Parts: sequence; structure tokens; C-alpha cells
Amino acid sequence: MAASTFQETTSTATAGSGRNLVVVDNLVMHFPLTQGIIFQRQVGAVRAVDGISFFVEKGETLGLVGESGCGKSTTGRALLQLYEPTGGSVRFDGTELTTLKGESLRKMRRRMQMIFQDPYASLNPRMTVGDIIGEPIEVHHLAAGRKKQDRVQELLKVVGLNPYFTNRYPHEFSGGQRQRIGVARALAVEPDFIVCDEPISALDVSIRAQIVNLLEELQGKFNLTYLFIAHDLSVVRHISDRVAVMYLGKIVELADRKELYDHPLHPYTQALLSAVPIPDPKIEAKRRRIILTGDVPSPVNPPSGCRFHTRCWKAQKICSEVDPEFIEHSARHWAACHFPG
Amino acid sequence: MSANLLEVKALKTQFFTRDGVVHAVDDVSFELAVGETLGIVGESGCGKSVTALSLMRLIPNPPGRIVNGTILFEGQDVMKLDDDDVRALRGRKIAMIFQDPMTSLNPVLTISRQISEALELHLKMDRAESRKRTIELLELVGIPSAKKRLDDYPHQFSGGMRQRVMIAMALSCNPKLILADEPTTALDVTIQAQILQILKDLSQEFRTAFILITHDLGVVAGMTQRIHVMYGGEIVEKADTFELFDNPKHPYTWGLLKSIPRLDEQRREKLQPIEGLPPDLIAPPPGCRFEPRCTYKRDRCSAEHPGLRQALNAKDGHETRCFGTQPGAMNGWLAQTDWRREIGSIEVLEQVKQQVAELPPEAVRAATSDVPPPPAAER
Repeated sequence: MAASTFQETTSTATAGSGRNLVVVDNLVMHFPLTQGIIFQRQVGAVRAVDGISFFVEKGETLGLVGESGCGKSTTGRALLQLYEPTGGSVRFDGTELTTLKGESLRKMRRRMQMIFQDPYASLNPRMTVGDIIGEPIEVHHLAAGRKKQDRVQELLKVVGLNPYFTNRYPHEFSGGQRQRIGVARALAVEPDFIVCDEPISALDVSIRAQIVNLLEELQGKFNLTYLFIAHDLSVVRHISDRVAVMYLGKIVELADRKELYDHPLHPYTQALLSAVPIPDPKIEAKRRRIILTGDVPSPVNPPSGCRFHTRCWKAQKICSEVDPEFIEHSARHWAACHFPG
Repeated sequence: MSANLLEVKALKTQFFTRDGVVHAVDDVSFELAVGETLGIVGESGCGKSVTALSLMRLIPNPPGRIVNGTILFEGQDVMKLDDDDVRALRGRKIAMIFQDPMTSLNPVLTISRQISEALELHLKMDRAESRKRTIELLELVGIPSAKKRLDDYPHQFSGGMRQRVMIAMALSCNPKLILADEPTTALDVTIQAQILQILKDLSQEFRTAFILITHDLGVVAGMTQRIHVMYGGEIVEKADTFELFDNPKHPYTWGLLKSIPRLDEQRREKLQPIEGLPPDLIAPPPGCRFEPRCTYKRDRCSAEHPGLRQALNAKDGHETRCFGTQPGAMNGWLAQTDWRREIGSIEVLEQVKQQVAELPPEAVRAATSDVPPPPAAER
């Protein structure tokens, strides 16, 4: 079939129904590397995110997977303008975010929230739970006084905590409970979009399922849209509608959940999927693993052409010369590879 | 019985803290044959790492102490050895791979120094010999251009490479037994696959026995011959690997299996978390330790502490610590339960949820100890 590039399809998609809540176009996020004590010269850049495009539809969960250092967390933060992107555009519900400043950006921030990975580091230990959850409500002038108190208690109840815990401090809670507080804080401003940055990886196995279920429940209740960032492919498969796979600052494949897991096109996706252990010895005994050699190259000096070619078993001459384009191979299934399939 | 490499009997390790005595490992017994791989599975705080440290006699004292039990390694009681003899055992016969390769290597020594230390100490090699052997070892675990990397420091290696250095170090003296405590938890999936493959090849090639300690049921499924599930300081289920996944016989194991999403799940089913919290090991529940969270419980479970017995409708040697699946007075009311479908009593489930929500947070925190660290820090 005629392959179309990602830009064409997204632009037609956005012109139509307006189903897309977030549209990211060629987002670039470089962190400068400097040298010198007084006069800092830039000697290079960590190319954490290097030109990615995707969209998130209203009410869906887009999973973003990849190994550590591939830029998935940076993507989440750059999306919310927690970093100032080096280039590219992020449109949220039709509004371009990268050029927004001051009060107008703050207004948009109410609609986009984040849940962080480490429930121990992301809650201020000197604030009570009531203050932590109440702060965003106050900042955005949503409620005050008695009303704010009520709202905080209601939020605690929503995330499955006792509403009378408002005067407690974070250190009094377990990891799972803290993550619930983090969720309540994100919900406090009634956002449309939540970036979940590895929300369960710091939790114990049986607690993880509790948080995953809570997130799913809340999505249904409040019609939320998630960008779910994780390195655990089983969890991403469970929670996402669509999944994007990142490698070294690029999205290499993006497809509907079932399509991606059943027919991965990019060799990196294939290797990732084959590396995940399945809790069933019968299946494990039969499985053939694709074992990648070596480590992920440095994002300061990424390989030429396709970034995966240094570890790819299908690599040929063209792979080290030409960066493959991100094209739609079948309906809603994009991949960037010279030899897909 | 002499065929066993390791026999642990009634091991009891406790920590004496200001708040009370923590029963970290309580009456744990198991054995291991030469060349066998055993998986110990459980959540953080269930006592699996303390078990491994006890085998090496590495429990920090104070506050910890092995208060009871025998550890027979090749027929020799490790508990009775004096410090010098234990030192001769560690690294030589029993080696350990730790979870975090970032903190378990010495940052100010080159890796060749760290690996050859054991060689010079235990095998009395001289500098040149040990250096040669170190290169061999590094090649064995798949470190490219080992000769050049020999005099590098740990910070010059990536996480996966450091874990390989740890494995090389553990292998250096051809130990009979390697204790691998969450060897891949801090690593990415593709690196995890590399490391697991190395461990698998080595255990086959050198007939080294492994005890693989992890919270990841996927990892043990492909790597081990037998699995012990630990909960609240005790072994609650023992079975061979195929039997455990096919026909689990303890409600905690059921809960674990139902709470993890699988990569190969066909339909999107709702996960069923184990509600409630792990037991406080300072004052563990008097009956079954899982009883407060168990949705299949009966009155007997809170009154009496179940022993580890052969399970009903199961293979020989499949043992469980649950009245419901053991033969006995009530004739195993869970023996026929289809654990995938039946979730037990819904009222009990709601009660457990309610209790946790209402519990004062201090109690919750006391019950849940530290958590496994996320994979290699993302900057």
C-alpha cells in the first residue's frame, strides 16, 4: 500500500474531527553540555528527544515504552512545558503550547497534570497531605477555605484513602498510599490530560495492581486522557490503547496495542517483546529470545542513519547512512525502519 | 541425604530493634541438590534476602542474629564455623550476586583488582596468573575487549556491564553455589535477557547450583527447576516450577499470579490486586500469616498456624502452608477451587479494603518496608 508520512496523516486527522487532545510535531529537546568555569562554552548536546511526532486522542491511554535513557520521561516533561523544548510544536486541544508564556501557560497547566515515579521524592515532606493536595486548588483559584477542605477530603476518598488523613505528613504513609496521594494531587485541578511517568515502578508487585486499577477506574470516571510512560511492557500492554516505542530519542514504532504486540514491525520492538519474561514455564521453555548485543549508545553522539543499526541483526549498508522515515505501514501502524516486518 | 549440596533446617533470623523483635525469617527449611536452580519468590520484606544473607552468615549483628537453625553445606554446619572458616567459604564455595551493581562494586578500585582479590586470597594465585584468569572471566561473561577494560573503574561501565563484572567476580573461584539476589531488577529488559542467558549457560556448563531470589514470577518461570514462595518470613509454598504455575495451592500464590499483567494476555482482564498489607513482622498474626488478606479464609485460619504440608490434588513434594489445600479436619475446602475464576468471599475483600483505608498510617508504614528500586536512574 502507499505509505504516507506521519505528518501528512496527522495533519489530515487534526483538520477533521478534533479528536486529538495532544498533537506533537517534530519535538526536539536537547540539553547543552558545557565546558569552562566562568565562560561556559557549549561543547555538545545530549539529544534526549530528537524529533518525535505523535498524537494522543481524547479519552485514550497512549503507552510510551523504552529502556532507560531513551528519552521517554523527557518527552513527558517537554510535553507539559516543564522543559522548554529546543524545537518542534506541541498543540494541546488546538492551542500551541511552546509559544505560550506567563498567565496563559499557567491556565493551560491546570488541564495537564503529572504523576511522578518516585512517591518518596515527589511529595514535600514538610507539607501535610491536605496542603499537598490543596495547593494546586489554591494556585488555580478553584476553591478556598471550607470548600477547599471538602474538596481535599473528597479527593482522598476518590483515591481510596481515609478522608481524615488531611493533617498527616507523607512520611506516615507507605509507598502505595503515597502514590495515591500523588494521584489525588494530579486530580485536584480536574485536568483533561495526565502524564503518568512510571507511576508503579517503585511499588511492590501486589501494590502495583492496586494503582493500575485505580488509574483505570479514574479514567472512566473523569474521562481522562493518559500518556503512560513505563519500561514494563506487560503493564503498558495492559493499560494502553495505543503504544509508542522509543529508542534513543526517536519513536521507532507506534500502533494500536494489539497490533503492536501481535505484529511488531521494528526489530527493536521485536527484541523488546521477546526479552520480557512470561510467568509460565511452558511458554518460557518454548520461546526463542532475540538477545541484543551491547548497550544503548550515548545520546550525546548517536549513531548515524538509523540509530538502532549498531545493535540490529537486520542492519545493512543503507541503515548506517539514511535515517529511515516514520511511515504508516498499515492503518494506524507507523514504524521507522528500512526493513520492517 | 548426602547428595544435597545445601540443607537448611528451621532457620530463624531475627532483628532486635527498638520497636521490638522483627521475625524476618521464621522457620525456613529447604534443600538444594548439586547443580540445581531454585527460585525464591516474594515481595519486599518477606525475608527472601535475609535468608540469602543468613546462608552466607552476613547478617549484620547487631541488630540481627540467626537465633536458630542449621545450615549444612556439603555436610558441614556453617553455623558452627568460626569467622576464618566462614571467610574461606564465602567467595570460594558460595558466592553472591547482589541486586544493585552500582553500589556493590568498590568505586575506587579497578575491576581487575576487585576480581583478582578473591583469586589471590582463595586460590593463592600470583599477580600474573590472577590477571590472566580475570581476563578469561570477563570474556566468559561477555565483556567486549576484556583486556583493555581490565584497568577501568566501575564508573566507566554501564549498569549491565557492571552486573557482568559482579557475575565474573562470583564465578572467579568456581563456587558450588551462587546466590543471586534480584540480579536483574535494576536492569532494562534487553539487558536482563542478556544477563539471564549468561546465568543459564553458566549453570549448565559448570553445574553450579543457583538460588535465584526475585519478586518477578516471569524471571523464575524460565530459569528455575523448583520454586519456593515466601510470605511474611515463611515459606508458604514449595513446588517444582511447572507444577507451581500449573497448579498453585496457596491463596497468596494465586494472588501474585492474578495481580500481574502478562505480555501474552489475550483479553484485557481487570487485574486483581492482593488487597491489604503485608504482615507486621514484629507481631505477626497468630494464625496463618496471610489470613488478614485472604478472601478464602475460614475461622480456623485465624486461630491456628498452619504447617507446611503436602497439598491435596497435587504432585508429590508440592507443599503448602494453607489449611484449605491440605488434607485435614475440613478436608481441604479449597482443594477443588478454580483459582482463576473464583475470587473467594467478596464481603471479606471489601472488609480488607476498608480496614486498610481506615488504618492509622503509622501501622501501615510499619507493615510495609522498603521497595525495590526502579531500574537504572533516568536522568
